[in-house]
Amino acid sequence: MTSPTDAPDRSAAAADTLRGGPRRGRVRTGFGRGVPLPLLVPALLGLAFLVLPLIALLVRTPWHSLPDQLTSPEVWQALKLSLLCATAATAVSLVIGVPLAWLLARVEFPGRGFVRALVTLPLVLPPVVGGVALLMALGRNGIVGKWLDAWFGVTLPFTTAGVVVAEAFVAMPFLVISVEGTLRAADPRYEEAAATLGASRFTAFRRVTLPLIAPGIAAGAVLAWARALGEFGATITFAGNFPGRTQTMPLAVYLALQSDPEAAIALSLVLLAVSVAVLAGLRDRWMTSS
Amino acid sequence: MTRSARRTRRTMQVAGAGAAALLALSACSSSDDSSAESGSSASASSADKLSGTVTVFAAASLKESFSALGKEFEQEHPGTKVTFSFGGSDSLAASITGGAPADVFASASPKTMAIVTDKGDASGTPATFVRNQLEIATLPGNPDKIASLKDLTKSGLKVVLCDKTVPCGTAAQKALDTSKLKLTPVSYEQDVKAALTKVELKEADAAVVYKTDVNAAGDKVEGVDFPESADAINDYPIVQLKDAPNAEAAKAFIALVQSADGQKVLTEAGFLKP
Repeated sequence: MTSPTDAPDRSAAAADTLRGGPRRGRVRTGFGRGVPLPLLVPALLGLAFLVLPLIALLVRTPWHSLPDQLTSPEVWQALKLSLLCATAATAVSLVIGVPLAWLLARVEFPGRGFVRALVTLPLVLPPVVGGVALLMALGRNGIVGKWLDAWFGVTLPFTTAGVVVAEAFVAMPFLVISVEGTLRAADPRYEEAAATLGASRFTAFRRVTLPLIAPGIAAGAVLAWARALGEFGATITFAGNFPGRTQTMPLAVYLALQSDPEAAIALSLVLLAVSVAVLAGLRDRWMTSS
Repeated sequence: MTRSARRTRRTMQVAGAGAAALLALSACSSSDDSSAESGSSASASSADKLSGTVTVFAAASLKESFSALGKEFEQEHPGTKVTFSFGGSDSLAASITGGAPADVFASASPKTMAIVTDKGDASGTPATFVRNQLEIATLPGNPDKIASLKDLTKSGLKVVLCDKTVPCGTAAQKALDTSKLKLTPVSYEQDVKAALTKVELKEADAAVVYKTDVNAAGDKVEGVDFPESADAINDYPIVQLKDAPNAEAAKAFIALVQSADGQKVLTEAGFLKP
């Protein structure tokens, strides 16, 4: 079994998904020792398939007109809105997603497997379907939205809050799954030990569990943030498209592609740069901390 | 920690990452064009006997009438099949210039048609086959008492317009500009049907769409005519595409659209004669 000194290493492993898997006990084969061709060829094909479109984007980038494209106020407006909404959606997911993950991992209740399946459903649902479902639920005429409008005068479609709702709907399952996985792997005996020392269950969660699973939460938050940043289908369906209010970068890219492909490429490049910057930044931090 | 717990956790995470990749793919697919595909195998076997599939890219506003014409075409020419791709004229034009295999392109404005002809992707010159006029679509019973274009600028009213890149948006902007009105919508939708749907679902109070869309929606919306729409009538051009996989059937379909029969279907839907 494990020793307490092992604990930080184990919880840090939660970020493995983004770091390229655990580094222990892996069988490595050098190229010199003969990589089997039936594996090597598809592997290289797979690599090319993933990288080629990004290279094509760089090749076709209109570098001479790029400064003009990127300094236009529309681009900054869309980028600012995208970053704001993705961050807000991640925050919402953290506030309600982490407790949900704890519930799924630590509390035995009938139908837990079914509830877990429900939670992961938005993950496999086409985002546009998610947007339609959100309209039916939270739209001005939706089953809940009707009352929000009547009682509080709140309508979500066509508002920035609507964008956050749409993004949180698609992104939160990533966080819940990641945090739940980390929680299940974390040893519950630490919480039990805290309880024997007189801590309430909530205190144990706050002071013991939360620090233990922090890397898992961070990994889940990054996944959720990235998913929210790229969200298109649910956003355009639920929140519509208005510059500065609901037009995020992916919407701007899609609409620019119709009329001005060069602008679309420039916008795509910005999104690519943001994604790479975020991944690189987090990678450094986790590498040094582990 | 046990080995199986570690494995479970890893499986969950790998599944999560895999699903992330899948979702990212599906989220982006709508903006892809199908340039990778080229040349379908379907082609007319002989000059007088039509067969195979004819692919028609048509403006969203043509959905109901072209679907009806497609059925008529299939009955007249047994063995043929008409497949449609309806959407914003601009995005259809972009996918045609990107190499999407299509036989016929019917757009909602000469400007979007020019995207295709400028790239040399059309065969021959486009012909105007109908014209379409704008109308205001309101909720059933017109609860906000909208009687003119100016009424749409009332504060608190949720109005959706088509995006300026699509013909219905260009036309609406033209009508607003000529009457010197400033209208701030809640959303610029990607095609006319998306704008209409927002009113059908009662998410928006009004939309500026085509007369034909109001007709097609039946009693789910109520139409309000406005005189300024006369200044912003859209010509609808149709053309056979240069790389049409089924050129013979394409010609026959365009002939049907321009025939007396075809024009009857279109004018019944609310289109104006060219």
